[in-house]
Amino acid sequence: MSDIQLDLVSENKLSAMAPIEKVRYIIGEVKKGKIMVLEKGLTPIEEAKLIEMTMAEISDDFVGIEIESYPRDSSPSFLDRIFRRDSNQKLTVVGPANKLRTLRKDKNLISTLVSSESR
Amino acid sequence: MGFFSRFKARILKLFKKKDTCIGLYGPPNAGKTTLGNLIVKDWKSESDIDEPLGSVSHIAHETRKAQRHHKLEIVSGGSRIQLDIVDTPGLATKIDFHDFMAEGLSEKESKQRSKEATEGVIEAVKWLEDLDGVILVMDATENPYTQVNVTVIGNMEARNLPLLIVANKVDLSDADPEAIRDAFPQHPFVAISALEGTNMDQFYEALIKQFG
Repeated sequence: MSDIQLDLVSENKLSAMAPIEKVRYIIGEVKKGKIMVLEKGLTPIEEAKLIEMTMAEISDDFVGIEIESYPRDSSPSFLDRIFRRDSNQKLTVVGPANKLRTLRKDKNLISTLVSSESR
Repeated sequence: MGFFSRFKARILKLFKKKDTCIGLYGPPNAGKTTLGNLIVKDWKSESDIDEPLGSVSHIAHETRKAQRHHKLEIVSGGSRIQLDIVDTPGLATKIDFHDFMAEGLSEKESKQRSKEATEGVIEAVKWLEDLDGVILVMDATENPYTQVNVTVIGNMEARNLPLLIVANKVDLSDADPEAIRDAFPQHPFVAISALEGTNMDQFYEALIKQFG
């Protein structure tokens, strides 16, 4: 049984990156087999970009990612739209699909199983 | 054509409203193509009678290219709306060719389907930038909190675009459409069976109300 690296990534680290940098960073780390917990997650548009760029990386050895974030409480406010910010971002967990599996998810709980054996 | 005619044509083109374009989104096997086909059957005009319908299968990622159905004129409750409906490939964060082999496809077929499915997901994500609204189709027998659902809803909210949530497959005994309504109470919702045509009057009424 091999070890699995779990990275807890602060909001500060991700907020210093441009959206495309964040997505490339996450995919790069996940392809190395790491599980990442992002303190404040991604915006919905960044999540869609992450899905799109993940698809371009899929091969026999990399089948994709497992990503789970909490649903947002409400639509962005008027000020959020004006200042192009997302005050609704929440913790997100992302990892290789063959090592991370979601067991249960609801509004307030994400339960996952991490396995060192590739499934 | 004289100068004034050309000028008038350019001005009209500049201000002409483009056709409203609504995307059918959701995870694979939620019933997007079954619903899209039903909408086309119900509302296609005589001139579009030969427009092909989408292929449906129990194997995931049957729709691997977006299909646009043009100028569907939908009438409900005395109101009418003209829409283009785009049936998009199922969104997913992982695609493993072994899953297709488990469904009985050969390794070669599975790898090809897997490649096409990844291209389909990329196309579906790109379409999000060009739509006027989304019909998000969820399988009422599944947990509504999937990341695909969360991401599509978040994108519509961030872009301030209208969204209609459809709880599909209510004909199945383990369907729980109320769980979907409770998960995303801030958005309009309708429960249907696209396969059996259940509650389609309510669906078309909600469609016109939301996108009209």
